[in-house]
Amino acid sequence: MKPRHKRIALITGGLATIGVAAALVLNALNSNIAFFVTPTEVAAGKAPQGQIFRVGGMVKEGSLRRENLTVHFAITDTAKEVPVTYTGILPDLFMEGKGAVAQGRIQPDGTFAATEVLAKHDENYMPPEAQHAVDQAQKAQKTIKQ
Amino acid sequence: MSNNKIIHWFKYASPQSFYPLAGKLIPWFWGLTAVFLIPGLWITFFAAPTDAQQGEGYRIIFIHVPAAWMSMFIYIVMAAWAGLGLALNTRLSGMMAQGLAPTGAIMAFVSLWTGAFWGKPMWGAWWVWDARLTSALILFFLYIGFIALQAAIDDARRADKAGAILALVGVVNVPIIYFSVKWWNTLHQGASVSLTKAPTMAATMLWGMLLMALAFWMYSIAVALTRVRAIILEREAHTEWVKELDEVKA
Repeated sequence: MKPRHKRIALITGGLATIGVAAALVLNALNSNIAFFVTPTEVAAGKAPQGQIFRVGGMVKEGSLRRENLTVHFAITDTAKEVPVTYTGILPDLFMEGKGAVAQGRIQPDGTFAATEVLAKHDENYMPPEAQHAVDQAQKAQKTIKQ
Repeated sequence: MSNNKIIHWFKYASPQSFYPLAGKLIPWFWGLTAVFLIPGLWITFFAAPTDAQQGEGYRIIFIHVPAAWMSMFIYIVMAAWAGLGLALNTRLSGMMAQGLAPTGAIMAFVSLWTGAFWGKPMWGAWWVWDARLTSALILFFLYIGFIALQAAIDDARRADKAGAILALVGVVNVPIIYFSVKWWNTLHQGASVSLTKAPTMAATMLWGMLLMALAFWMYSIAVALTRVRAIILEREAHTEWVKELDEVKA
């Protein structure tokens, strides 16, 4: 083996080792890297009890209700939902049927008292006319199903 | 049959023959930067439609995404050069890695900065510690660490070796950045453009983004080559061929 080949082997081996180590560490940290928990995980008791955490999902259609400066809404992942109350300014993109992430803690009555609400938008970019067409098509499909 | 037409690529591994080659290539890459940047900016500001969800604010994507792509790609290229230098002991490799690092760092910074400007109006936060943002910040720190480590060691060959090891270790972060939005739930949205599925963007927006990405690409090559030329002059200052250069004599 030439010294050059030895070095190449060492570098390749080193990279592979680092890769495996990183994979193991990330796997072990998996749940801590997640930015938020889903309503299903909350229902399963996987959310930290009595501590601040984030819950994320869609703002349930028809669940948004305003009382003075306080807003009530439900975050859903279509399987389970978490009722949320929040007093403060919501981001512009916060809307029913769109993604949101709320930070706060579960109250004794089961509602989630949020101290911060962030909007999560998706990776689709299209002009308003195209969005309108998509909405129309989805509506039509729903009517057909019914 | 003569062998005259064959280009001896290895020749360009020597700083002495790479220096004039880079000098010849740089104007071309600046030209290509303009060729892609002008239509790219025109689409960015005029041709691309407003977005249904985000209105005009989404236009920051035309800077944000190309900068983020470049920050990851330049890191891989830098680490590849560094690794090559470590394995083959070629002098030029270390210079290439050193020349690429500042551009990569700038790209990483621009992606973080524009991301913050985008995050505030859309998400409602300048910064969150989700997997995508955190790993992108680590990439920026890796660049800064690489630059600092190289600058801290006086002997150029030793600086190259130390830097190369850091660059290679850090390469593991690049796939983490790229796949972070897939592997974990993050506030950052998933990829709109990827090799495995059709893009989820209107065609004009996509063209704008690709043209801007090409412009960033050409710009990065042009400045990196310019920097490598300067590094060659510095490191080879003691040699006869550098002393004989017109620009050095003058």
